[in-house]
Amino acid sequence: MHPAFSVLVFTVMSGAGYGLITLMALGHLLGLPQLQDSSVLLTGGVVSFVLISGGLLSSTLHLANPKNAWRSFSRFKTSWLSREAVFAVLFYPFVLGYLTNIWVNGAEVNAIAQLTGFGAALLAMVTLFCTSMIYASLKTIRQWNTSLTPVNYIALGLMSGSLLLAAVQASVAGDLSSVLHNLAIGLVVLGAVVKLIYLFWIGKPAGSTINTATGFTQASVRLLDQGHTSNGFLNNEFGYTLEANKLMRLRVLMVGIAFVMPFFLLLTSSAGLLALAAILTIIGLLVERWLFFAEARHVVRLFHGDQRV
Amino acid sequence: MKLGLVVDLDTCVGCHGCATACKQWNTSGTIGPLSDKDPYGKDPNGAWLNRIRTYEVDDHPNSKTVNMPLSCMHCDNAACVTVCPTGASYKREEDGIVLVDQDKCMGCNLCSWACPYGARELDPHQGTMKKCTLCVDRIYDERLPEDERKPACVMTCPTKSRVFGDFDDPNSEVSQLVRDRAGKQLMPELGYEPVNTYLPPRNKPVVETYEPKSIKATVKGWVNKVIAR
Repeated sequence: MHPAFSVLVFTVMSGAGYGLITLMALGHLLGLPQLQDSSVLLTGGVVSFVLISGGLLSSTLHLANPKNAWRSFSRFKTSWLSREAVFAVLFYPFVLGYLTNIWVNGAEVNAIAQLTGFGAALLAMVTLFCTSMIYASLKTIRQWNTSLTPVNYIALGLMSGSLLLAAVQASVAGDLSSVLHNLAIGLVVLGAVVKLIYLFWIGKPAGSTINTATGFTQASVRLLDQGHTSNGFLNNEFGYTLEANKLMRLRVLMVGIAFVMPFFLLLTSSAGLLALAAILTIIGLLVERWLFFAEARHVVRLFHGDQRV
Repeated sequence: MKLGLVVDLDTCVGCHGCATACKQWNTSGTIGPLSDKDPYGKDPNGAWLNRIRTYEVDDHPNSKTVNMPLSCMHCDNAACVTVCPTGASYKREEDGIVLVDQDKCMGCNLCSWACPYGARELDPHQGTMKKCTLCVDRIYDERLPEDERKPACVMTCPTKSRVFGDFDDPNSEVSQLVRDRAGKQLMPELGYEPVNTYLPPRNKPVVETYEPKSIKATVKGWVNKVIAR
């Protein structure tokens, strides 16, 4: 699949924002002592708000006919993209209510904070799940059509959110919270495990072949002619191919930047290095999302001569 | 009604006549222009609703060239319709034709991702998704003579490899062809239940080929013949 930059930015940034607001709101409402500081909560809230809104705006950039984007709320019953749009908008009144309440009443946990905070946390996770299901529901791309896809999206969103939360808390409050620090380390390890399982799983050959695509299942089939002299929409959208050696290098780079380096930076327990770890993770996740697209092989490729996907 | 096409892979000669007739008819049809980008330049690109690819099936001396036209299969279980967030993609109850409402499409490409047959192409100028309409603006047009109420690709096919009809009617020409010639659906394992059906090539005797032997083998053959007498 052709990796569209606007979609990479959208999924990584909004994933981190949703992860951050979820962990922060839960920590605050469940009484984590380091998160009872209104300046920490407001900073975290604004960071998450900017990431989510920037991501959502970026997502509209890949539309070829954006003037009809408002119609995307209309097929909630069948379309995961529609569900994502509805929940993404529904999230806003909750998060704005939650942050306004902190602005006015401080970090005190009152009824408004509980209603809006738990609501925002729940809707953030539901939106992230809907985003992942857009990909996981496509039977045409076997690398995406797996329950590992939502697990990856949610685990990596929470992971990058936890790093951001630890960095915000450490830089605003001045001292490091050991709970948030340990949570970030745990989620980085979890994210790495989940990603490695995914990479191992997509390596196994499975799915449709050129034989099932053309109906000639008892003989070999080779493409003689694509039927056109230059690339069309299908080639550009689905024909993206990456050389095996580059793929391996990018995978190593991705695991290094997104998981290994942040893990070691977290072990140092320094506030400045925590911020660096959060930024590195987000850059690493951009590479991860790029690979998620580049490694996905659509079955249309079979008609263009690939023997298997 | 379940309208669709039968494509005979035995007789299709790969002339691309169906694709050009389709482009010609539909560029001024209900779904508006089928635009091209840089049509006379070095790297032309444009929306086509029908593509013909050519394959070599099996190995020498049993190999066969197969031309395979692909357009929308008007699937019974059309995922392109369920994934559409705007409601632009829809499947008609009355005849099963899958269409895109050009006034509602926002060009997100998700339906083309959901389609395993590459039947949907984004219009490079309009930014909306284009696909085969089964010439819905021809087949119901009562001003046309009755035998011309067929899709443009079917009308133009010089070898009559494309047949249009109702798959729900067991006595229609398409249903009979599917029964008699063991019609196949493409990628049935994905469960889209495509309506369009492909008739596999008939088995024909292998054409004998002359393979020159070495002089030694030829002389040996002569000697063997003489001795046998």
